[in-house]
This record gives sequence, C-alpha cells and structure tokens, in this order.
Amino acid sequence: MNIVIAIASVVAKEMYRRKDFYVLFVLTALITLLAGSVNFFGDAKIAMYVKEICLLLIWVSSLVIAVGPAARQIPAERENRTIFPLLAKPVTRAQMILGKFVGCWVVAGFALLVLYLFFGVVSGLREQAWPVAHFFLAALLHWLLLGIVIAMTLLGSVVLSAPSVNWTVTLIVVIGILFVGEHLNKVAGRLHEPGGSMVRTVYYLIPHLEWFDIRDLLIYNKPLPPLLALGGATVYAAIYMAFFLYASWLVFRRKPLSA
Amino acid sequence: MSEIVKTVELFVEYPPSRSGGERKQAVNGLNLSVKAGEVFGFLGPNGAGKTTTMNVLLGFIQPTRGDAFLFDVSVREPIARQRIGYLPELTYYYKFLTAEELLRFYARIFRITPAETERRIDALMKLVELDHARKRPIKTYSKGMQQRVGLAQALINNPDLLILDEPTSGLDPLGRMKVREIIQRLKNEGKTVLFSSHELGEVETVCDRVAIINQGQLQIEGRVADLVAKYQCDLERIFLNLIGYTAPTVS
Repeated sequence: MNIVIAIASVVAKEMYRRKDFYVLFVLTALITLLAGSVNFFGDAKIAMYVKEICLLLIWVSSLVIAVGPAARQIPAERENRTIFPLLAKPVTRAQMILGKFVGCWVVAGFALLVLYLFFGVVSGLREQAWPVAHFFLAALLHWLLLGIVIAMTLLGSVVLSAPSVNWTVTLIVVIGILFVGEHLNKVAGRLHEPGGSMVRTVYYLIPHLEWFDIRDLLIYNKPLPPLLALGGATVYAAIYMAFFLYASWLVFRRKPLSA
Repeated sequence: MSEIVKTVELFVEYPPSRSGGERKQAVNGLNLSVKAGEVFGFLGPNGAGKTTTMNVLLGFIQPTRGDAFLFDVSVREPIARQRIGYLPELTYYYKFLTAEELLRFYARIFRITPAETERRIDALMKLVELDHARKRPIKTYSKGMQQRVGLAQALINNPDLLILDEPTSGLDPLGRMKVREIIQRLKNEGKTVLFSSHELGEVETVCDRVAIINQGQLQIEGRVADLVAKYQCDLERIFLNLIGYTAPTVS
C-alpha cells in the first residue's frame, strides 16, 4: 500500500503543478460564480436553467480533469522513460496501475469537492436554502462515476498507443453512455433478432454512468434516494473499477519494455 | 564468493516487427555470473544484447527461455530488485519534481524511514555534488546533472548491487571522471557493480572482470589482467578481434 500511495502522490503532484489543470479549474469556478450569483429578473425558471448550466459545466470540467491526466499517465511514463527507474525498484506493475488510479481519482475528487462547495455556497446564498445532504450525495455519486471513468481510461492507455486517441475514445464512450445508455434496453425491444439481443447484451455490459447523475435532485429540489440505493451504486462502481483495473493489469503485466 | 547475478541458458527472441522481417535472436544461450564485491564490465558492440540482458535482469522483459537470478531470487519476482540500484543509459526523471522530492519518492518505495531518508538525501546530494540544486525542479538541470541525480536515485536504498547502463554516455571528461570515482568508491565499500560501456579504457581501469558478448553470445569472460596477459594486447584490441573487426587496408 505504501508503494501505491507513493506513486499516487507523484501523480497528484504532477496534476496540481500543471498549468492546464489550474486554468480549467479556475475557469469553471469563475463561470459558476458568475452564473450562479446572477438573479435573472427574479424568474425562478431561469434561475433553475442557470443552475443546470452550472452543474453541466462542473460535469464537463470534471470529465476533462479525470480523463486527460489518466490517459497520459502510463504512455508518458513510457515515452519519458521514467518507467525504467521506477520498475527497476521492487514495484509490481499492478502497484503502478493502482498508484496511477488512486492519484488521478483523489485529485479529481478534490477538484470535485471544491467545485461543488463553490456552487453550493453560491446557490445557497442566493436561494437562502442549504440542502447539504443533496450536494454531498451528488458529489459522492459524481466521484464514484469518475472512478469508473478513470479506470476505463487507464485500460485504454495500455491498449491504445496514443493518449490523444484514448482521450477521444473514452470521452465519446462516456458521453455516449450518459446520453443513450438508459435507452438501449428500449431500443433492443424494438429491434429484430439478432440485433435486439446484441443491443441488450451491450446494455447489460456497459457501466451505466447515467445512474450516478442526480443533478435533477439539486435543480428541482427532489427528495433524496434511499441509502440502500447509494450502497448499491457504490458496490456497482467498485465492481466496474475493479474490472477495468484488473483488465489493465492483464494487458500491462506482460508488456515488454525496452530500456 | 557468492553469485550476485546469474543467467542460465538465457534466450531472448524478439518477434518480427509489424512491417515484416524475421524474429531476432537478441540473446542466445547466455550464461553469466557476477560475484559479490566485484566490478563487472559487460561489453559488446551495439546490438550485441547487452541492454536486452539488463532488461531481463531488471524484469522489463521476459526471457524466451532460460532464467536469470539476482541474489539467488528469480528476476521474475519483484523482491529480487529490493537490493539493487539501476542507472539507465538515458536518464529521465519526473521533471516536475525537485531532486530531493524524487529521492524521497524512491526512498518511500523502499520503505525507508523519513529520518533515514533525509539523512541519505543529504549524503547523496553531497556525493553527487548537487547539494546546491536539490530544491530546483529537475527540468532545469543540465544533462550531466540529470545523470548525477540518476546515480543518487540508484544509491538511495544503499544497494548491494548496482546496475549501470552506459553510465558515462554523453558526459564530459569531468563528468566521466566523477562517475568513475563513485564506482571506485562503491567498490571500496564492497558493493557489486555490473556495468555496460563502450569506453574500453574506462572498463580496463575500473573493472575486475569483463564479459564480451556479440550477437547475443558470450565470446569471452575473465579477469582484465588475465585477458591482457593472455592475448598480449589491450582490451580494445581483444574486443575488436572478438567481434571480427578488421582494419581497412590503405592501398
């Protein structure tokens, strides 16, 4: 565990010392502040739209913060040849993958926490309401989703040669799942065989990231889901994270590295 | 003397490239043995299989056949690398870290206590003469300085075996001399050093024993003094003869 934490701390240092991370982070925070604090003619509906836009911005920004660094971790180690002094030490490839994952996930979680806090304070001050539990749950589920996305990106980084390809493919897959994932089952019901079975198989195989999206709860002040659902979502996310990390290790463990 | 490094009938074959071609036999039945406390020079022309052999020893690639051992532990086990230090030919480290952050990171991997880590960092920074630059990011270092940071990271765990791949490659004469001095110092401390080099004069000065390989096969192995006495010429001439080099004649 010590090795995993050591590798994760280097990943975290790299992420917070990069300028692009700051730019994206500060930009999102600024837009959230501006949009969240403006009261458009006192119209509640417009205020809700603005809230929706702010949350969308946090979502897009968090995906970029998670996918970008995760996609370049292992390819950059190989390209910059820093992998050789690292693996020449008693470090297994599994520990390396796990360290990279933990580093990316923790930093993405920290960024998420700050953005949600920021948005929560701004909208709380304007609406004079403090739905802390709603915000906490939304941030937690969002963080679990990012865990799945980061693990998926790490798998992509050991399969696909270029980080840019991995970046693009992962974002397309993630956005695709978020938009059409929940409808696949209905689509499958309307298709002729074998198309229907194929789409249904895809429906059961993909990680349903849309289940972690509870923005509507924040926007429309809906009641919280039961705790059991939260527990289920955590287990569901853990299974997919473990699956993607295990698959990454299977691909990476025998990969020859030539110093 | 116990064997620190051992390869047994080691074969490494590279698959053909995607654009075609044939399988390449990089290492061909290599039997190598490095004993405790000796400085061992691993020589050969480019493409002879030196780096491939080192890659096997460090667990970067798997042998096609045969096996390799460090301290009698198969190199397939990560624990075999607990007591070694490695300096790659091209030294690249995390450029966003400072030298002391880098050393702290590697020390943590070896589970060295924080107090001991700080003590070793102080000593190593002085040894490689980078004490003045220890808080600067590595991206601001010259090539020679990066090579010295590389040497410091290879020594952070106070290794019993040091594997150096072309340690003086690309260094100026002063840098080379400093590396030679450090190797000599490690030898005096009883460390085992395995290093590959093209600088045969340097090898002759520093090494106790050498092995010369060509096309993946061991050509010769022995004490430097014995080889020089046996062949009645310097190491460079022995090396050139073994790899089949004949000087062009001027008509």
